[in-house]
Amino acid sequence: MNRAAAMQLSRPEVEYALTDTDMGVAPRDISALSKIVNNTAFRRAVVLVVIALGWEATAWWMNNPLLFPSLSDTFRALIDSTLDGTLPSRVRLSFETLLISYTCGVLVAAALTIFAVSTRVGVDVLSTLTAIFNPLPSVALVPLAMLWFGVGLTSMTFVVVNSVVWVMSLSTLGGFLTVSETLRMVGQNYGLKGMRYVWHVLIPAAFPSILTGMKLGWAYSWRALVGAELVFGATNRGGGIGWFVFENRMSLETPRVFAGLLVVIIIGVVVESLIFRTIENRTVRRWGMQR
Amino acid sequence: MSNHAIKAGAGSVPSRQSDRAQPDLPPSVLDVSGVTLQYETETSRVTATYRVSFQVYPSERVVLLGPSGCGKSTLLKSIAGFIEPVEGQILLKGRAVTQPGPERMMVFQEFDQLLPWKTVRENVKFPMLRSGRFPRNEIDSRALAAIDKVNLTKFRDAFPHTLSGGMKQRVAIARAMAMEPEVLLMDEPFASLDALTRRKMQSELLELWDETRFTMVFVTHSIEEAIIVGSRIVVLSPHPGRVRAEINCNQFDYASQGGESFLALHQRIHNLLFGDEASKAGGNHE
Repeated sequence: MNRAAAMQLSRPEVEYALTDTDMGVAPRDISALSKIVNNTAFRRAVVLVVIALGWEATAWWMNNPLLFPSLSDTFRALIDSTLDGTLPSRVRLSFETLLISYTCGVLVAAALTIFAVSTRVGVDVLSTLTAIFNPLPSVALVPLAMLWFGVGLTSMTFVVVNSVVWVMSLSTLGGFLTVSETLRMVGQNYGLKGMRYVWHVLIPAAFPSILTGMKLGWAYSWRALVGAELVFGATNRGGGIGWFVFENRMSLETPRVFAGLLVVIIIGVVVESLIFRTIENRTVRRWGMQR
Repeated sequence: MSNHAIKAGAGSVPSRQSDRAQPDLPPSVLDVSGVTLQYETETSRVTATYRVSFQVYPSERVVLLGPSGCGKSTLLKSIAGFIEPVEGQILLKGRAVTQPGPERMMVFQEFDQLLPWKTVRENVKFPMLRSGRFPRNEIDSRALAAIDKVNLTKFRDAFPHTLSGGMKQRVAIARAMAMEPEVLLMDEPFASLDALTRRKMQSELLELWDETRFTMVFVTHSIEEAIIVGSRIVVLSPHPGRVRAEINCNQFDYASQGGESFLALHQRIHNLLFGDEASKAGGNHE
């Protein structure tokens, strides 16, 4: 070893006694301005205000309330139709149909996926079914639904369930199949088998994908419902929010059409950001399974 | 620091005799006899271990040591009940192992062995709750005691993703030990840790053994780790895994590292694993 000889420098060794050890964590001063700018809700609100102003300006510039009503007209129509009770009853009917169908869809998807993961042929069956039905827009099934079930809750449910089941099964199955081998062995090591194993290990481990599936299922079902309502029109139970949009177009009540569309958007956003975001924050984010 | 060198006794002179021949041994906890393990790839059937036999007695720390490809992890998974031998059998206290079970708790190398949706405390409680081996009202205090033993009391309500790798492995060890398994199976539990943390974990494991004298089968590919952690080393040869030697090493711990007899044993095992070319290169100790 000539490495020691090759090193020309000769430096003394040193050891330091370490004192003052409590400087590791110090509070940060954050200014009020950067606190506001860092607030996502605030930034989103700014974007919304800009959009609203743009809308108002466009309506004023076009000056054609029949084609493009102003934001203030739309809000007035929204308030009027809320106060006279038409909009709330339409929304309630849509929501009832949606809740029934969505619940059915989630249950069917859960049953299909559990069947798929517990048998070997099940994965093939489910993969083939989702490959067939997932690309099919659920509104395309409306004519068939009318033929089979007539015009009513059954048809509507058939269409909406169809929109939930495939996308949710696909996402959930993907989640189950990607549960790590280690976690599987951990579960089996504790003597868990069958449904106990699925419930205590597979479902929580696949929960991020299950939640994504439920979110996608919700978005798809809301779309399918409004679309189907536009086609079905009013059933024997009365019309939903889609019908509200449709009937106001017929009577050229354009502000009410916009008001109806606004409600469709608001409901979608509220469910997505309040319900699903809350579930996410309390589960997968808290567990560090999703950022 | 620790007193596991005391029990060296008969082991200080490596015995050439088979354990079965010694009259004063208690009944074995684990009896692996003639176990051949195979796994299938897309094109072929690979023999991972061939007719491997060894016994584990109460409170022994048996290390399965070998290079990669000697089937040591496969062997441990077979003891855990995940892989069925194609030949031979594995007996746990006289009963044949046929499936996984909580009396053979396993600690894995991977950090994701903790359930991410449960806190440290819930993770430790989980197998106790599911197996029904302990009265319900004792489970919480048992879990806290186990967490305390691995020095994680401060983090008992933290979720796994907030912990460092070493802390996660400690939780996994606490979770396994709280179950008081007949035998603790450890599959390279420290291999993913940095060198400094690994060293600390090894001595903590030995301190835990001093307290409870659990029976353990520990898989590693590090000769040094095997000598320090184990009381007896089963040296496996690669492709397929066969038992090359069984060596007693109970007298060694961290304090003896670098000592003459430690280095001699290290060299001896090295020669067993890598054969003549290694012994020519590095001086023969046998």
